[in-house]
Amino acid sequence: MPLFAEIVVALLLLASGVVALVAALGLWRLADFFQRMHAPALASTLAAWLVTFASIIHFSTRGEGLALHVWLIIIVLSITAPVTTIMLARAALFRRRLAGDALPPPLQPEDRA
Amino acid sequence: MTAMLSLAITATLLLYVLAIGVAMARLFRGPSAQDRVLALDFVYVVGMLMMLVLAIRYESEVYFEGALLMVLFGFVGSIALAKFLLRGEVV
Repeated sequence: MPLFAEIVVALLLLASGVVALVAALGLWRLADFFQRMHAPALASTLAAWLVTFASIIHFSTRGEGLALHVWLIIIVLSITAPVTTIMLARAALFRRRLAGDALPPPLQPEDRA
Repeated sequence: MTAMLSLAITATLLLYVLAIGVAMARLFRGPSAQDRVLALDFVYVVGMLMMLVLAIRYESEVYFEGALLMVLFGFVGSIALAKFLLRGEVV
């Protein structure tokens, strides 16, 4: 395995670790549930892509030809992650409305009257 | 595997563990049920990424299949929990 490929793999892995930590901090620090929903998308898109590229580069530079099977993971993730997000958003909306909140808030302030 | 890549893999795994720890804090704190489901889904995704990094660490293709299974089981579990929150029953 050439040194250049190894440096690229190491950088991609470290970047994905930092992105996952940023997503977790967003999950902890954001104020509202509907704001918090945005944070984990960082892990299931950017971090997963970075690890996938690192894995493809690592297994393709061993001299056994291209190893593209890890691509399957991000294909499955890009199908499942939006479905999970939409179901959770619907559940949260339903529960908050049941609890008496007027959600979603109106788009424009009603100051014409 | 050179020492540099080994060090980078260890650092990445540590960052993942930190991320899972922060998400677990959110999972235990809540405050609402959907927050906990969201945190659990995030923990599943980061665990899957950890499996992929371990595949590079141990030069093994078996971890890839484990990661694929973790994606699918995490998806099914999160959908079931979200449906439960929506109606009080899973199906």
